[in-house]
Amino acid sequence: MHIASDADTVVARQKGREAALLIGLSRTEATFVATAISEIARNITIHAGHGEVVIREVTEDGRRGMVVVARDEGPGIRDVAAVLRQEYSSDAGLGIGLWGARRLMDEIEVSSAPGMGTTVTMKKWRGIDEVGLLLHE
Amino acid sequence: MPVSILKQREYLIASIQSALTDTEVLELRDALLAEVAKHRARGVIVDVAALDVIDSFVSRSLSTVARTNRLRGAKTVVVGIRPDVAVAMSQFGLRLDAVHTALDLEAGLELLDS
Repeated sequence: MHIASDADTVVARQKGREAALLIGLSRTEATFVATAISEIARNITIHAGHGEVVIREVTEDGRRGMVVVARDEGPGIRDVAAVLRQEYSSDAGLGIGLWGARRLMDEIEVSSAPGMGTTVTMKKWRGIDEVGLLLHE
Repeated sequence: MPVSILKQREYLIASIQSALTDTEVLELRDALLAEVAKHRARGVIVDVAALDVIDSFVSRSLSTVARTNRLRGAKTVVVGIRPDVAVAMSQFGLRLDAVHTALDLEAGLELLDS
């Protein structure tokens, strides 16, 4: 999916939710995924102008889940580790999206350097989500 | 902007009808701040039951509305956060600074009346 506006972000997170449910994630897990996509797609439009989000199913070691790859050719991030480490602040701006995505997804990998763009690869595995079970099943 | 804003007694009730883009979230924020001033409202209820995602941008915008309203003597109550959205916000660590919350519109009105 091409991401160039905030309307594209809304579409991307809706597609992400649909894909998560199709793969068999719980409704709560699907909301985690949709929220993480919303954050990283916003980072693309704000910092790079445009980029893409690709969603696919993944099977690894008998586990089933989904992978979301967000890619842009924007200015990149100088210190990825510092961004992922920071404490929450409502004024955090750039960092808050990646930080939140890390907490919502099971795995996240950020590949970036100044001038080299940014690629965020994040995974969510199908699993037993106790809170989700309590709420919906 | 897919949001209706109604006046009921000295309160404003904003009902979000569908998913919002960031641009629409900012329009809602600005509309709420303007309407509170215009109607001298003592409370604002924002019904977010139609939102299937509440991320950092929406949270920050709601907090801005609530903090600004508080300085002007008006309470802001967010109602209708979906259960799965509440779990995601909690996992994310999102905080709704200065925002009051209630389960639904009725509970929100009770909170403002109290």
